[in-house]
Amino acid sequence: MPSDKKKPLGTSRRWFLGQALTAAGTAIVAPKVLDNVNVAEAQQMSSNSLRDGKTERNSPIQGETPVTLTINGQTQTVRIEPRVTLLDVLRERLGLTGTKKGCDHGQCGACTVLVDGDRVYSCLSLAIMQEGRSITTIEGLAKGEQLHPVQAAFIENDGFQCGYCTPGQICASVALLNEVNRGCASAVTADLTRPPQLATLSEAEIKERLSGNLCRCSAYNGIVASVQQAAGQTPPSPAATMLVEEVAG
Amino acid sequence: MKNFAYVRATSTEDAVQQSQTTQNAQFIAGGTNLVDRLKVFLDRPDRLIDVSRLDLKQIEATKEGGIRIGALATNTAVADHPQIRRDYPLLSRAILSGASQQIRNMATVGGNLLQRTRCPYYYDPVFACNKRQPGSGCPAIPGINRMHAILGASDSCIAVHPSDMCVALAALDAVVEVESTKGRRQIPFNDFHRLPGDAPERDTNLEPGDLITAVILPPVSFAKTGIYLKLRDRASYSFALISVAAAIDLSGESIRDARLALGGVAHKPWRSIEAETFLKGKPATVETFQQAAEIALQGAKPLDHNGFKVNMAKRAIKRALTISAQGGGVA
Repeated sequence: MPSDKKKPLGTSRRWFLGQALTAAGTAIVAPKVLDNVNVAEAQQMSSNSLRDGKTERNSPIQGETPVTLTINGQTQTVRIEPRVTLLDVLRERLGLTGTKKGCDHGQCGACTVLVDGDRVYSCLSLAIMQEGRSITTIEGLAKGEQLHPVQAAFIENDGFQCGYCTPGQICASVALLNEVNRGCASAVTADLTRPPQLATLSEAEIKERLSGNLCRCSAYNGIVASVQQAAGQTPPSPAATMLVEEVAG
Repeated sequence: MKNFAYVRATSTEDAVQQSQTTQNAQFIAGGTNLVDRLKVFLDRPDRLIDVSRLDLKQIEATKEGGIRIGALATNTAVADHPQIRRDYPLLSRAILSGASQQIRNMATVGGNLLQRTRCPYYYDPVFACNKRQPGSGCPAIPGINRMHAILGASDSCIAVHPSDMCVALAALDAVVEVESTKGRRQIPFNDFHRLPGDAPERDTNLEPGDLITAVILPPVSFAKTGIYLKLRDRASYSFALISVAAAIDLSGESIRDARLALGGVAHKPWRSIEAETFLKGKPATVETFQQAAEIALQGAKPLDHNGFKVNMAKRAIKRALTISAQGGGVA
């Protein structure tokens, strides 16, 4: 089917659910794209407290306060309590719903984002502690219409089924490749002084390094193949993987 | 999560001072365990003192030939540090076998020492728990105790310590450096964590207002043969049923020195000095390792659902010592 025929049907699930619920008479509060921060307060903060990219919080903050975060290269200020997690700021205050809430307890990986290039669980990160750091979410990986190579690899290798864990899987995979380039080891690395390189990264290494991201559809073969492709390896086709397993089984 | 005030400490002195003078304040660094506990109301501080930006991240060689690890070094930074990989592979491997890369990127060394148990009864406020509410009882003792302690438990608590890193630190004779308003002091690793006794609400011997500033490792001749064997319900991202930190220093065919510590068996990382003493001077054979395993598990008291841990621990010890005697590597 030509791709342009899909476009009229390209309503998002979120839009559809919103319409459906509105039709049912339920009030919808859409996520605010930008919180209505008191501009004067935010400006005062940036002039008084932001020095050398670090925000000082040297006197106790109780209740809501303007917090300035750098997300996907953009500086955004939200008014939040100190107890609000980065995940909730992204989803509920900034409308960046690509990052998913799965378990909300650091067990599933769906909320994975990059902070200063390192993958972390945004559900276990207090937003106020991320001031002055550079946060990258799934929305920040593509360059305009050009997908990040890891995103493209997930599409080409069926790296998902329902897609809910996918933003976390992709962010984790992007970080994984950088870690390999930096020479990071894993629990299955045979010689700690000689960690694998992208070309020699084994399936066992990829699985171990992605163990912090669960996929309840169990699309793991496709996820591993996606990482293999993004690492510059030639992944086996899904059919080949199935055949091997049938023969082995 | 209960609301709390938030403040960023400007220095270690400022942090301990604030902690001393503020009612019901807690430090936060990586937050991987604390934020989770805040969410289920296990911890309800009035103030969080953010120590994550303090200047305590350095990992540096000591003039004695060991290494000093700043309390705010992330678990990832420690596991991947060239000197630690080379001289203390046991520590690298223990860290890498724990949690996930995301958690290890966030979690700090100081915070790892202060992880609290993952006993499901502790986490679920529907149940009583002597650790959560002293004197309320321990439903794990007559309950589902498959994950629980086989060594050093008490009538009030059978929880186990969850850390892998700490099992390695116990075997490596680490020292914990602590700062308080009274000054700086050092705590030998074996005296840092506590057995539950009748005060399971206290995991460590830290006093209120103490801040961990570093972990110091002495040089050890055999550290390169140190290995970490972790057995668990799934291959990765799972707490240990049994783990073993082992190191053998061979002189020809006989054992000059040995280290042995267990995880998943007790309220604290369980170092078996008895087994280590037995091993010294013995030939490095499977029979010797078998006997050492028997000695290490001598006092084991299995519960209704964790009897399997006794044999599992013995076999793991035998395997770990064997691999270490062969020069180390992946367990």
